[in-house]
Amino acid sequence: MKRSYLGEFEEIVLLTVAVLELQGQAYGVAITHEIIEQTGRSVRLNQIHAALDRLEEKGMVKSEMGEPTAERGGRRKRLFTVTAYGRRTLQEIQEVRVSFWSRLLNPLNLTIIGG
Amino acid sequence: MTPPDRMVLFIKIADAQETRGIASLHGKPMQQPPQLPDRLLRFFLADDRLEEVLGDLHEEYRWQVNRVGEQRARWQYWIDALGFIKPQFSIRQESNHYSNPSNTTMLRNYLKIAFRNLARHKGYSAINIGGLAVGMAVAMLIGLWIYDELSYNTYHQHYNRIAQVMQHQTVNGHISTQESIPIPLDAELRNKYGNNFKHLALAAYPGNRILSYGEKKLARTGNYMGADMPEILSLAMLKGNRNGLKETNSILLSASTAQALFGDTDPIDKLINIEGKADVKVTGIYEDLPFNTEFHDLTFIAPWELYVATQPWVKQALDKRVWGENSFQLFVQLADHTAIKTVSDRILNAKLDNVPAEDKKYKSEIFLHPMSDWRLYSGWEEGVQTGGYIQYVRLFAIVGIFVLLLACINFMNLSTARSEKRAKEVGIRKAVGSVRSQLVNQFFSESFLVVVLAFVGALLLIMGSLPWFNNLANKQITFPWSKLPFWLISLGFILITGLLAGSYPALYLSSFQPIKVLKGTFKVGGLAAMPRKVLIVVQFTVSITLIIGTIIVYRQIQHTKNRPLGYDNNGVVMIPMLSPAFYGKYDVLKTDLKNAGVIQEIAESSSPMTGVWSNTSGFNWQGKDPSLDTDFSTIWVTHDFGKTVGWQFKEGRDFSRAFSTDSSAMIINETAVKFMGLKHPVGTVVTWGEENDSRAKKYTIIGVIKDVLAESPYEPVKQAIYVMDYNNVNWIMLKLSSNRSVSQSIATIESVFKKHIPSAPFSYKFAYEEFGKKFASEERIGKLAGSFAVLAIFLSCLGLFGLASFTAEQRTKEIGVRKVLGASVLNLWSLLSKDFLMLVIIACLIASPIAYYYLSDWLNDYQYRTEISWWVFAGSGVGALIITLVTVSFQTVKAALVNPVKSLRSE
Repeated sequence: MKRSYLGEFEEIVLLTVAVLELQGQAYGVAITHEIIEQTGRSVRLNQIHAALDRLEEKGMVKSEMGEPTAERGGRRKRLFTVTAYGRRTLQEIQEVRVSFWSRLLNPLNLTIIGG
Repeated sequence: MTPPDRMVLFIKIADAQETRGIASLHGKPMQQPPQLPDRLLRFFLADDRLEEVLGDLHEEYRWQVNRVGEQRARWQYWIDALGFIKPQFSIRQESNHYSNPSNTTMLRNYLKIAFRNLARHKGYSAINIGGLAVGMAVAMLIGLWIYDELSYNTYHQHYNRIAQVMQHQTVNGHISTQESIPIPLDAELRNKYGNNFKHLALAAYPGNRILSYGEKKLARTGNYMGADMPEILSLAMLKGNRNGLKETNSILLSASTAQALFGDTDPIDKLINIEGKADVKVTGIYEDLPFNTEFHDLTFIAPWELYVATQPWVKQALDKRVWGENSFQLFVQLADHTAIKTVSDRILNAKLDNVPAEDKKYKSEIFLHPMSDWRLYSGWEEGVQTGGYIQYVRLFAIVGIFVLLLACINFMNLSTARSEKRAKEVGIRKAVGSVRSQLVNQFFSESFLVVVLAFVGALLLIMGSLPWFNNLANKQITFPWSKLPFWLISLGFILITGLLAGSYPALYLSSFQPIKVLKGTFKVGGLAAMPRKVLIVVQFTVSITLIIGTIIVYRQIQHTKNRPLGYDNNGVVMIPMLSPAFYGKYDVLKTDLKNAGVIQEIAESSSPMTGVWSNTSGFNWQGKDPSLDTDFSTIWVTHDFGKTVGWQFKEGRDFSRAFSTDSSAMIINETAVKFMGLKHPVGTVVTWGEENDSRAKKYTIIGVIKDVLAESPYEPVKQAIYVMDYNNVNWIMLKLSSNRSVSQSIATIESVFKKHIPSAPFSYKFAYEEFGKKFASEERIGKLAGSFAVLAIFLSCLGLFGLASFTAEQRTKEIGVRKVLGASVLNLWSLLSKDFLMLVIIACLIASPIAYYYLSDWLNDYQYRTEISWWVFAGSGVGALIITLVTVSFQTVKAALVNPVKSLRSE
């Protein structure tokens, strides 16, 4: 199946959204902190926003405005959730990688599958 | 707390923080991030992102303050904030939940569909747009032409207050109208009717006159006019002022004349010589009058007083108050608050009151001819205004409208014909909720798209064809790019054409019932094709009428050109005697030119071969009807005139040096014989003056010649007399030797003239060329009508071609079945062509009487005219049929030749 191309960074952002949305915390700052924490990369807010925009454009995530908080100066968050399409895409990526990894770790499988 | 309450709380806190900047949630002071980046972001970010981004930034800031301290947090804040200043963040995010259609969304969709339709049917689109562009270009060209005609003379500021004084006179029971008036009329109007006029100016007739400055000699067209004339014409003075004609020895030059004479030096106060008669001082330069004014070729104005001073006969007419000498023009500008009509009525008897008793019978009526009528309403018949050029303006306005109509009809026909193809689209649109008005809008927007494209095409066509058109119509029309009214009219034009062309498809297509269309039971019945047929008939009626018109105009021109001239204009050269230096040179010129072998004969005459410059009356002879006004064309000639132009004698002999009595001999034309009622003209004595008056001069008729056609080729030749005079002459006539090349002969003649008359530039005219110019106006009409006829038939055929291809396509299956069942190509071809031929035949039948009616009306204006013969109609009809057949056959034969396997396989 043809799917939208997903960059490595976009994939990480999408994964982070998928993780954080469980706590209802998938928004700009939280995603940034999570990625910094998990990957150790230095990521800037604007990069995250841009990536989220692209993902939304591709239909991988959707968003709605959350509630205002004090530390945001009373401004609302934009909360992201992964769409079904986004999930499927993540899964496919995962499957592709798993299949490659399994072949790498267990070369015999190749002959069995190729059989 | 319920969520809404919490929200209210937060918002209140937020307000407090933002306004005071010192609020706290947990009791500790909260540091504010720097203000400047926020402001920048407010400016740069799309407003739907602002809340989210600022919120994130502020939250991050606080987090950083706790982590790394305020100083570094501010630094981080700057970097984060600036990261958002990128174009991608200043664009609004498109909400992708539900579309939010605006008014333009549907319009965009209409245009998209329209473009797709145009691109899919390239042939139809080309026919549609191309045809409409041609039609619009023609209509716009005609519009420009009409505008130019209607704005004729409006260059003059007092356009509405200017008039020429003219008179009606009754001669032998007929009223003739002329602009020539006698000199004393000027004084009469000034003295008795003075308060009606602001300015009056007498004028001679414009003519080629020699201006010389040092070695430079030019023959320029100009006139002698009263001192008020520059004021009347509101000349735009570039140098000097409008009072420049107040002194007798002065002259006003047009800018181009000044340039030609003086180049770049200042002409003011320079002395130039005019006609070899007087030295005059240049007192002013006026801007060249534009081409669309009556006086556009007036390249200099000399004072009227100078004319009086240099022409003894004028001085005599002025001093002796001669009321019988109608040889002058009089222009007036009315006083304010007077109406031309009223003043015209007031001065009715200004001449009649003053003429001697014996001239009262001419019943002279003086009237004013307003400048606004000069161009378009200059025709008179029996004292009644009969229009004039306005006829052509009306004619071409109608033609323009018709050509545009033809193009619109094509558009409508092709759109309706294709309607079946789009019926499904209409059905679906209706099914998903389009209401009729939206479909109407859709089809109108489609037709407007086509019209706008066609308009652009039309502009390109006009730009390309304007020089050609100017040449054809003898105009200097420029494209009015910068004129707002033009664009407004164009816009109106687009609207009207769009509505006209789009109305039928829009109203018709939108009326389809979706259920029928989508079920596939929809069929456009025979009735739907009816209007289409009517439109084709209209198209061809117009085209055939124009073709017939063109043929008849050309036949009329040919017929008149073939009219016997009464002389041989082959190799006859006419040289105007522009200055006194020409006179008295007859013998030397004759000797030199004959010795050089370039001429067969030389003679002099008072009039050119293509005009009669004088008419005289007051003749008596034996047996004359006393009530007859003896008005004759009078031409003074020299001995060899007859030989030079090749007179054809009916009776008697030519002037001869062998008879010294020939100085009182007279030769008359055939018409004069009839006019005078003479049985034996040769030998009759004609007295000029009263029989018993001792001063009267007696002439003996020695010969009768065939009528010489000198004036309008459409009118009968007037009674003419020829007498000898070596002084009262204005033209030198040469008959070139036939055994030499014309250009060589002219060069030799020029050198001889330069030798004997060095003070004047050499200018000459060929008699046959001058004669040809008499047809210029008719030939122009013929060419224009011909061009329009060609365009009309082209447009009609274009439409027919489109329709034929459409019909052929529609009947593909039928043709296939017929072929399988054994129809031949010829059968099919006649089946498909028959319908169209019928329509054209009907059009022929309608066009013929219309054309006959209008053209016999047109021909009636000409005394000498061709017959309208039946074959012109038959020929035009057959021509139209052949063109139709060729156009249609192209498609029908193609359709008939298609292999039925191919056309039937699809189902």
